[in-house]
Amino acid sequence: MPLYAVLTGLILGGVIMAIAKYNPFAAYAALFSGAFGSPTAIGNTLAGAVPLILAGLGIAVAFRTGLFNIGAEGQYWVGAMAAVWVGYHFPTMPWIVHVPLALGAAMLAGGIWGGVIPGLAKAFVGAHEVITTMMMSYIAILIAHFMVENGPMMAPGYVPQSPTVAASATLPPILPAVFLNSNLSDAFFIAVAAIVVVHIVLFHTTLGYKLRAVGFNARAARYAGMNVPLYTVLALGVSGVLAGLAGGVQMLGVDLQLTDTFQSGYGYTAIVVALLARNNPIGIFFASVFFAALSAGSQIMQINAGVSANMTDVITGIIIFFVATDRLYGYWSQKMRPRRPSSAAAIISGKGESPQ
Amino acid sequence: MNFWMQIFANPELYAATLAMATPIALAAVGGTFSERTGVVNIAMEGIMLVGAFFGVMVAAATHSAWLGMFGGVIAGGLMALALAWPAIRLQSDQVIVGMALNVFAGGLTAFLLNTVYGYNGTPTSTPSLPIVTLPWISHIPFIGQVIGQHDVVVYLMFLFVILGHFTLFHTNLGLRMRAVGEHPEAAETVGISVVKIRYLGVTIGGMLSGLAGVYLSLGMLSSFEVNMTNGRGFIALAAMIFGKWTPFGAFGAALLFGFATALSIALQGSGVSANLVGILPYALTIVALTGLIGRSRPPAADGLPYVATK
Repeated sequence: MPLYAVLTGLILGGVIMAIAKYNPFAAYAALFSGAFGSPTAIGNTLAGAVPLILAGLGIAVAFRTGLFNIGAEGQYWVGAMAAVWVGYHFPTMPWIVHVPLALGAAMLAGGIWGGVIPGLAKAFVGAHEVITTMMMSYIAILIAHFMVENGPMMAPGYVPQSPTVAASATLPPILPAVFLNSNLSDAFFIAVAAIVVVHIVLFHTTLGYKLRAVGFNARAARYAGMNVPLYTVLALGVSGVLAGLAGGVQMLGVDLQLTDTFQSGYGYTAIVVALLARNNPIGIFFASVFFAALSAGSQIMQINAGVSANMTDVITGIIIFFVATDRLYGYWSQKMRPRRPSSAAAIISGKGESPQ
Repeated sequence: MNFWMQIFANPELYAATLAMATPIALAAVGGTFSERTGVVNIAMEGIMLVGAFFGVMVAAATHSAWLGMFGGVIAGGLMALALAWPAIRLQSDQVIVGMALNVFAGGLTAFLLNTVYGYNGTPTSTPSLPIVTLPWISHIPFIGQVIGQHDVVVYLMFLFVILGHFTLFHTNLGLRMRAVGEHPEAAETVGISVVKIRYLGVTIGGMLSGLAGVYLSLGMLSSFEVNMTNGRGFIALAAMIFGKWTPFGAFGAALLFGFATALSIALQGSGVSANLVGILPYALTIVALTGLIGRSRPPAADGLPYVATK
């Protein structure tokens, strides 16, 4: 099904381009070469996939537990703030301590932002996590602006940006001789490791089983004696930890400082990644590379084919739409068949195609 | 102390509050209609963008801001149908469809802006909606300065808030809408078409969000800019919740959020961080949801797809 959604998105995107009198084939060719046309392009595409993988894994864990973490963008930025703060505050720390400390701070910050506040609010007073995580996300971004606009993290001078992290807190590039000048850093290995860990925890541990049980049917899980509030907080917490880590590795591997934009979009695209991958950790890798490629290729598409780079957002929107309306494919053929109601959890919880 | 007195005694602050509250209130009342009939609408942001863009497009083509407004409202209604159909007919997850529409609308309007108008943006000859000066009232000191002179959409907003309240709580149709949002099975049993009522609720919501967008592009300005809604659709979502799914409540919340925005503008260059003032609406929404100041409870069937049992 997700492949159908991707194909539909690309085809309808092509139709829109054709209506606007562009050549869709030329546009897609430019897009592809921008994403994979050279070692540098490949490096940048893989680097762009890293924050999507991490934040997408977090969103998938929440989805598996029946929770919709829509605020990964904010968790990403609190993680980024924490990592940058630790990164520039301790200029003389050894690398082996500094990097884990900065990433640990990022994970902690993301976990508190995503887990403790929305998680507790959900678990104990039933406040809907879609709204609380979204609101927390906006608050995070405003705090980030405050920090660098004459706030405590502003670097000396007049430019609204933070100091650069110390060399001892940066993630070194992977094979710089091959991926010339690309953004690909050791963060990629962290993302791959996270895929493995999340896969094992979700499908090969009691904890993962319980998380999925709560997601599958919270009421049944409660009757089976599971502590549903605990797993709610835990799932949103882990979700935030991973989104925070995404912000952390991006700062230490690519950005190296906070600048006054705070519109990464990774947190939102990561939702799409999780949806498209149906919350399968390995699927998340490929979905992340796909969307990173769209994003990396869109600039070249704009330059070489003249098609506005925003076209990729149109395509992404169509893809999400068709992931959500997957019943459409059976709609005309089996119009009369009664269907049970869906939910965010039911749509993407795998419907029995999970490895376990 | 004198500094704060100066800020709070200035009628400009309250006039700006009203201006800032208008798009939020319109979209929030629209969202209230959608959710009262049981369809979660997080697509207000995207619908507003589409309304804002097509409003300018029609206004620029016809040299009439009124036709532009009409076009933007229709575009908003059509966009809402793209939420209504999968939500009602396909039992799709409404939050995910809403998200898809937001991404799609952001991309489409930016793409069309570049494709149709190039990098110079929308034509400078685009007309804007008229500013209305209320007779008599505008001469009253202070109050006149606050409410006496505004863009026409501000006064339309007042109209729609009152009309919205009246429709939802004092008409047969409103009763049906609320019944469908609370207990669709019961509503269907007494002969109400859940499908029709939901389509109506979502479409009204889309048209009001479209008008909110038109206000941004043809009211406050006479042009369209990429992502010009800048999160207002999500603030409207918060206002709807904070207002406990009632038009008057949504209007009150919109005023509060508008005040936060107006205050952060008034505080520019004063040393008080506008960013920290801007946190207020979001923090208040979380507080409202956690029940610390009276629990905000959504309609019982909000977000649940309805499958007719025959």
